[in-house]
Amino acid sequence: MSEGLRGVVVAHGALAGALVQEAERISGQSGVLIPVSNEDGGREEIERRIAAAVDGHPSVVFVDMPCGSCFFAAMHQAREHPGVKVVTGVNLPMLLDFVYNHAMPAEEVAERAAVKGTDAIRKP
Amino acid sequence: MPIVLYRVDDRLVHGQVVIGWGKPLNLGFIVLLDDAVYASEWERDLYRMGMPPDIELRFADLAEAIRQHPAWQAEPANGMVLTADVATMAAFRQASPPVGRINLGGIHHKPGRTPRLPYVYLSEEEYRTLETMQLAGTEVTAQDLPTTQPVPLEGLR
Repeated sequence: MSEGLRGVVVAHGALAGALVQEAERISGQSGVLIPVSNEDGGREEIERRIAAAVDGHPSVVFVDMPCGSCFFAAMHQAREHPGVKVVTGVNLPMLLDFVYNHAMPAEEVAERAAVKGTDAIRKP
Repeated sequence: MPIVLYRVDDRLVHGQVVIGWGKPLNLGFIVLLDDAVYASEWERDLYRMGMPPDIELRFADLAEAIRQHPAWQAEPANGMVLTADVATMAAFRQASPPVGRINLGGIHHKPGRTPRLPYVYLSEEEYRTLETMQLAGTEVTAQDLPTTQPVPLEGLR
C-alpha cells in the first residue's frame, strides 16, 4: 500500500473491482484503492471484509448506494473508527480525485470526493 | 390487506427488498423484526436513511411484533415482515399465527452452514426448524426476487 489514506471501494458484485481497476488504469496509480464486494456475504461478512481492508488505517470508504448492506457495514466501521469516513454514490471522478489527494486529512478528502462525484452528474 | 411477505434475509433492508420486492408488491410498509436494531436508535436512524418515501419502515422486537401482528394484517397498505434469521421468524410464527408462507431471500455463509442455493446457506438445525414449520402448515420457499422461480424447501435439503 502507498502512504496516506486508504480508499476502500465497497459495492455490489463485480462493481468495486471494476471501478478500482479503471481508476488505476486512468491514473496510472495503483495501491491506493482496495475493492470490496458484497458477493455471497451477509451483513457480518461484509463488515469483516471492510474491516480487513481498512485494517485500522485512516480511510475513506466509498459505497455504491446510500442504503443497503454495503452502506450499513461501512457506517458501522465509521462509527467504530473515527478515522474512517464514508462517501456514497461512488463513481470514477470521485475515485480519481481521491487517488491524487489521499495525503490530505480524511474528512477533507471525503468532502472533496463527494463534491467531485456530485459535480460529475450532469445532463448535457 | 394482510402482510404479503414474510421474509428471512440477513442483509435486512437492501435493494432486493426495497426495490425488487417493494415495487411489484406495492409495499406500504416494512417491519424490521430484529431485537438488536430495535434496541438501537443509531441503527434505526441508519436503516431509515435507505428507505424510499413511499415505504414506511417500522421496527419491532419479538414481543412488539407479536403484539402488533393482527393490526398490521388489518391495515389497508401491503406490508412485509423481515427478519435476519430463521430462528427469529420461527419464534414469531410460533407465537403469532397465522403465517401462511415464509420466503427465504438471503441467508449467507457462516460456520456450520452449508450451501443450498447461491443465496441460501443453512445449518442442519435451521433446516429442521424450517421443516417443522412447513409440516405445521407454513409453506417455505427460497426466492431472492419475484422474477426468479421459488424453490421449495425440499429442494434445499
